[in-house]
Amino acid sequence: MASKTKDILFDPLFKKNPIGKLVLGICSALAVTTNLKTTVTMCLAVIFVTACSNTAVSMIRNYIPSAIRIIVQMTIIASLVIVVDQFLQAYAYGTSKALSVFVGLIITNCIVMGRAEGFAMSHTPWTSFLDGVGNGLGYSVILLFVGAFRELFGSGSLFGYTILAKTTDGGWYPANGLMLLSPSAFFLIGLFIWAVRTWDPSQNEEA
Amino acid sequence: MQRNSIVFTLLVATVLCVVCSAIVSTAAVILQPRQERNKELDRKSNILRVAGLLGAGEASDGKKIDELFKQIETKIVNLETGDYVTDIDVDSFDQRAAADDPQQSVAIPPEEDVASLKRREKLSAVYLLNEDGKLKTLILPVYTKGLWSTMYGFLAFEGDLRTIKGLGFYQHGETPGLGGEVDNPKWKEQWEGKLAYDDDGQIALHLIKGTVDPSSPDAAYKIDGLSGATITSRGVTNLIDYWLGPDGFGPYLEKLKSGGGNDGK
Repeated sequence: MASKTKDILFDPLFKKNPIGKLVLGICSALAVTTNLKTTVTMCLAVIFVTACSNTAVSMIRNYIPSAIRIIVQMTIIASLVIVVDQFLQAYAYGTSKALSVFVGLIITNCIVMGRAEGFAMSHTPWTSFLDGVGNGLGYSVILLFVGAFRELFGSGSLFGYTILAKTTDGGWYPANGLMLLSPSAFFLIGLFIWAVRTWDPSQNEEA
Repeated sequence: MQRNSIVFTLLVATVLCVVCSAIVSTAAVILQPRQERNKELDRKSNILRVAGLLGAGEASDGKKIDELFKQIETKIVNLETGDYVTDIDVDSFDQRAAADDPQQSVAIPPEEDVASLKRREKLSAVYLLNEDGKLKTLILPVYTKGLWSTMYGFLAFEGDLRTIKGLGFYQHGETPGLGGEVDNPKWKEQWEGKLAYDDDGQIALHLIKGTVDPSSPDAAYKIDGLSGATITSRGVTNLIDYWLGPDGFGPYLEKLKSGGGNDGK
């Protein structure tokens, strides 16, 4: 049992990563990863939302009429996202300004909806909670990976602290403008998926 | 009761909506004062930064910002006539809302609309910093269209109303690293001491492509363009042209320069 709990929590990190394996939720992976500070906030917000929405959906799963189950999940997710957004505006105003609409767009993040429908509807609240945290973490692993690369090579810093002194600030490092634009996230996610599937060939689809 | 019956479906939907709306509205109501305060502090600290009263990277708590802001006098100006308007409560005046309200805004004539704004508010707040009874810094709220977004900021003049004290944007959606470099402290630094008008009183300040050669005779009217951000740079030049021009703060600045006459009484 203990190992099963661990699997639910940690499988989504590399073995069944929602972005790497299922290719869900890449939209926000492009948008919020230009620097690590917004990336981390976004990760925490998504972990919170997936965990809570999974738990809530699972708790009432036996009462949800199948005809309206999607909209019920949507309502729960949307409410949680609004609450998160309100909290960020009150306690992390600067970051919330930087994230702008993307906090609201967690509602449309396929991972949240996908786990609610695909897992929480058929599992107990506790395992659903773990699955939510696990998938949130899996999403975070990729976001942090992409964010770290993009901030380091695009702005020469990590978490706002200068690592590579940029030529525009009188240093030696000519910043890579491509890293700051969305397409670079596609390249990085592609490389990440390649690396993970080389490490674990069982994830490759049949050609 | 059947789980999939119509009655039960309606019941579940109703209960869910009530519970969710209660949670959402509770969060919104409880957190609202804090959010409003954040917005106000954000606006104030931006004004203070442009005026040079608050360092760019300086961490600032609410108390200090309020304390510093006490030095600044807020007035409302009728942009068309350039006179002060005294019958409006300064604290409750919401300029951004006014710009969107058809009652409180006017269409900008196309030939004047260099910054592509289409409409502008009739009244605008201005912020004055006086020292020994004389104007030391004048801060004007300005905005312009960049590449992706409308960029909102403040432009500050020295007391002579010709020399620029600073320019800073507090809200924009330009590309980080390219147009987003309008937030770069190094780039913002060069605004201080530039001249907005030439010797004949014409608006002369603009962004150029590349870097300004400090030895050129008109270097005082030029600002480095943002590399890789032609449209954002053009937007900033348009901002100067529009807001200092006859449809922007032109009439107000005229009256302020000629001394008095701004009372609107």
